[in-house]
Amino acid sequence: MYAFDIKRPSKLKKARKILKKNEGAQVLGGGQTLIPTLKQRLAAPSALVSLARIDELKGIRQKGDELIIGAASTHEEVAADGTIAALSSLAGGIGDPAVRARGTIGGSLANNDPSACYPAAALGLCATIVTNKRKISADEFFTGLFETALRDGEIIKAVNFPIPEAAAYEKFDQPASRFALVGVFVSQCKGDVRVAVTGASEDGVFRWADAEAALAENFNPAALEGLSVDPAGMIADIHGSPEYRAHLIGVMAKRAVAAAG
Amino acid sequence: MPADGTANGGIGAATKRREDVRFLTGKGNYTDDINMRGQAYVVFVRSQVAHGVLNGVDTADASAMPGVIRVFTGADFAEVGGVPCGWCVTDKHGEPMQEPKHPVLAEGKVRYVGDAIAAVVAETESQARDAAEAVAVDIEELPAVVDMKAALVEGSTKVHDDLGSNLCYDWGFVEENKDAVEQAMFSAAHVTTLELVNNRLIANALEPRVAIGDYNSAAGDSTLYTTSQNPHVIRLLMGAFVLGIPEHKLRVVAPDVGGGFGSKIFHYAEEAFCTFAAKALNMPVKWTAQRSESFITDAHGRDHVTKIELALDEDNNFTAVRTETYANMGAYLSTFAPSVPTWLHGTLMAGNYKTPVIYVNVKAVFTNTVPVDAYRGAGRPEASFQLERVIDKAARELGVDPIALRRHNFITEFPYATPVAVEYDTGDYNATMDKLEEIGDLSGFEARRAASAEKGLLRGLGVNCYIEACGIAPSSLVGQLGARAGLYESATVRVNATGGLVVMTGSHSHGQGHETAFPQVVADMIGIDASMVEIVHGDTANTPMGMGTYGSRSLAVGGSAMVKATEKIIAKAKKIAAHLMEAADSDIELKDGQFSVAGTDKSVAWGDVTLAAYVPHNYPLEEIEPGLEETAFYDPANFTYPAGAYACEVEVDPETGKVSIASFAAADDFGNIVNPMIVDGQVHGGIGQGIGQALLEHAVYDEDGQLLSGSFMDYAMPRADDVPFYTVDHSCQTPCTHNPLGVKGCGEAGAIGSPPAVVNAVVDALQRAGHDITHIDMPLSPSRVWSAINS
Ligand SMILES: Cc1cc2nc3c(=O)[nH]c(=O)nc-3n(C[C@H](O)[C@H](O)[C@H](O)COP(=O)(O)OP(=O)(O)OC[C@H]3O[C@@H](n4cnc5c(N)ncnc54)[C@H](O)[C@@H]3O)c2cc1C
Repeated sequence: MYAFDIKRPSKLKKARKILKKNEGAQVLGGGQTLIPTLKQRLAAPSALVSLARIDELKGIRQKGDELIIGAASTHEEVAADGTIAALSSLAGGIGDPAVRARGTIGGSLANNDPSACYPAAALGLCATIVTNKRKISADEFFTGLFETALRDGEIIKAVNFPIPEAAAYEKFDQPASRFALVGVFVSQCKGDVRVAVTGASEDGVFRWADAEAALAENFNPAALEGLSVDPAGMIADIHGSPEYRAHLIGVMAKRAVAAAG
Repeated sequence: MPADGTANGGIGAATKRREDVRFLTGKGNYTDDINMRGQAYVVFVRSQVAHGVLNGVDTADASAMPGVIRVFTGADFAEVGGVPCGWCVTDKHGEPMQEPKHPVLAEGKVRYVGDAIAAVVAETESQARDAAEAVAVDIEELPAVVDMKAALVEGSTKVHDDLGSNLCYDWGFVEENKDAVEQAMFSAAHVTTLELVNNRLIANALEPRVAIGDYNSAAGDSTLYTTSQNPHVIRLLMGAFVLGIPEHKLRVVAPDVGGGFGSKIFHYAEEAFCTFAAKALNMPVKWTAQRSESFITDAHGRDHVTKIELALDEDNNFTAVRTETYANMGAYLSTFAPSVPTWLHGTLMAGNYKTPVIYVNVKAVFTNTVPVDAYRGAGRPEASFQLERVIDKAARELGVDPIALRRHNFITEFPYATPVAVEYDTGDYNATMDKLEEIGDLSGFEARRAASAEKGLLRGLGVNCYIEACGIAPSSLVGQLGARAGLYESATVRVNATGGLVVMTGSHSHGQGHETAFPQVVADMIGIDASMVEIVHGDTANTPMGMGTYGSRSLAVGGSAMVKATEKIIAKAKKIAAHLMEAADSDIELKDGQFSVAGTDKSVAWGDVTLAAYVPHNYPLEEIEPGLEETAFYDPANFTYPAGAYACEVEVDPETGKVSIASFAAADDFGNIVNPMIVDGQVHGGIGQGIGQALLEHAVYDEDGQLLSGSFMDYAMPRADDVPFYTVDHSCQTPCTHNPLGVKGCGEAGAIGSPPAVVNAVVDALQRAGHDITHIDMPLSPSRVWSAINS
């Protein structure tokens, strides 16, 4: 770790100010990605601005047919909520209790790890990412590996999830990290069917259009019979070939539909 | 003594581990907990490339950085010896192995990712780390030698330019049997052949390695605090071969050690560095490995590529075994590396079976990877895995029951001299197999298989046996085999005036529970409560010269030394008691801590005698000296041969290839048992590691010699939910015939016996489902199993 300052403001405005003033300052959510990065000396922010004490970023509440989750909500808090069962079970399947007690939904989405779980939920439910500046649809938010539509210094305030009629997330663990080797989130929301896939693609989370079309006709695992994903562009590493990942997408999608139905 | 955890019982009591109070309440004293006044910190600059010419190391910028005390490079160690190898293997032509120098800091070349190039000593750890980044290293990269077979091709890049090739040795065993084996293969009714890989592993002890060097300039004494399984061995190797410090001027302390699994047996360059630098700078110098550093500097394990052939006659008798193995040594020879694929592996190739002739060929190869050395089981898991896999394959090819084929070929008469140079003293392999069939409810398998099938899962049953050679070993024998050390063990038993005992042992506990089990042995002999006995280990200053802990040797060898020393104590105490009761020595009996005169009601208590020894007012001073302290060294007459039978049931998800362990049963024969609970724990841990090897763990290098599984993000350690509740049994006991306790050792059994059980089970599941799959290399990860199903 390199030396850095730590600031712990209690107002979002203050956090913004600090970020503006300090070039090289960075937002700290739960630190479950950022702190290991710092420990390995892979990043050298001049200061960390912790969001942990900002009340505006906390809390989970239902507003109409939306669930609004403060960006600083921990995985543990989302897991305990239960309003959207698929989302809670996804959060409860992230890492271990220590990670879930610290890691936040805002941090996970901002980081956009290609193997992370939350991006699949955000895309699979067409969530809206609310920042200090604007609202960004999940369809616009994820722009590539570890890349998002967030601008420098932009802070996620909350994530708004439409409450679906049916949804489920199926994750196949990478054996070592237990991040998603492949994770598939399916949902049915106001007649719209979504299938979002994480862990598999070299471009990060994506929607499986063929599956969405088939399931829109018939929301049943059988509808996915015969569909396959092109292995081109899938990740190859010591845990699985592109072919294996492409195959797992089909298996996980079917299981998710079965679990949602 | 009651056999529960509450009493401090003797031999056979399941006493709870007293050391766990300290470990579980944060009161352990690990090397990193030790901080010396005025200590400096060292950070090593390590090679990021696998192979290259070291053109220069510029330390000027780093030396000028805040807090930096000195930056060392290879040139500073020009006058110092290399890190030695403790075992010289002789090849099949009678020539000694090729043995490159292993400098403390790289000289001229870097040979693996992680090779230490320079060392920055600074006032704080973070200053040292900052300065380490400022050391400018000029390396001209060379092609990396990674694949063992390619490394042996004529004209391959050489890891060591001064050696003739990348071949460390080409070992044939037993060379005289080679023709007979050839003949048996030729005339066999059936030969089963299997090619397999024993995957490279990283021990990943919970506690990373740490070393602190300290120098007392007034006395000229050096002290090394280190995470070691054998402080005396480190003192000898480092003192005599690297730094030239005589043993009376060098103390090595290995306090609480958080797991070793073999990886902390070896003498590492960092230990020599800290000891050297402490003297050069006249201040304590401390190094604590980071986890990512452990991945690329702790010796790795296994990494064998093998072809095995098993010949059978028309009655399914095994008639010959032949193997050809490539064993990875890595870039340098770690302390015991050469012995692992040879004497710890070839000698076990008979397994539990009456195979009349066996020939084992091993080619040890240098590559641009981390040095490879002993890892829990060391050579014996590799032997067991090949043999039990090929037997399983043979049974399937011949259409016979794998258990029946094994039973048909079991050794049943003991002692039994194998064709691979060892003599098994005792055993009863049918008994452990019977026990396994019972505790594993093997006859109920079909019903369980049907239940799994209901869930869409393929269930398989894998069974195997294992034998190991523990309690390493008779010194005279290992000397002939190339060991550069003896392998006895020592104990000093010191009785205090008020009757309590301190036992100083040369063995070392790093998770084995010695502090609990050893007192049970000594207390049992005297008939006192085990809480009256304390164990001291881990410091060369206050323990007799011993060889440490590995190879499941501590109770069999170290415990035997304790028995010998305690026998001397009892003999002397009886003389004192005889004097106190005015009787003849030969009439004195010791029972439950009371000395009595046979046939009378006269008695004196243990405490009366010990007090008399130190307050010798009424004492036979003309006959014996005051005091009650004895030392014994015990050199075993033979190895011990624990054996057992294991059964694993797996469920394979055919859609994803994921394997889950449904059940695991182990029937072991460890001879006599001192503490059954500790034995259970050792077996559980061993099986967990074996399941890790079979399903999860793999150290993977790419063709450039980069370690792809260099963190826990990619190196899969087994976790609690990867392993089942085990069914273990050690009631089959054929006591060892040549040590006084009749014990055999249990530390490695689980890791040796479990990988073939898991793989046999997966192959079984897939074959039952109609797949023509005869083998899958470990780890049987979901992607590998899925690929096998779909190829
Ligand atoms: C052992 C382990 C296992 C894990 N397993 C999983 C898993 O199975 N699945 C999974 O999905 N994840 C997993 N994770 C990652 C975990 O979910 C992290 O918590 C998460 O990715 C990052 O969230 P954080 O709050 O910790 O963010 P931090 O680490 O604090 O920050 C991450 C990045 O996001 C930025 N950031 C944080 N909050 C905001 C915000 N509100 N607005 C804008 N930018 C912000 C930071 O500046 C930083 O760049 C695991 C992590 C660990 C350590």
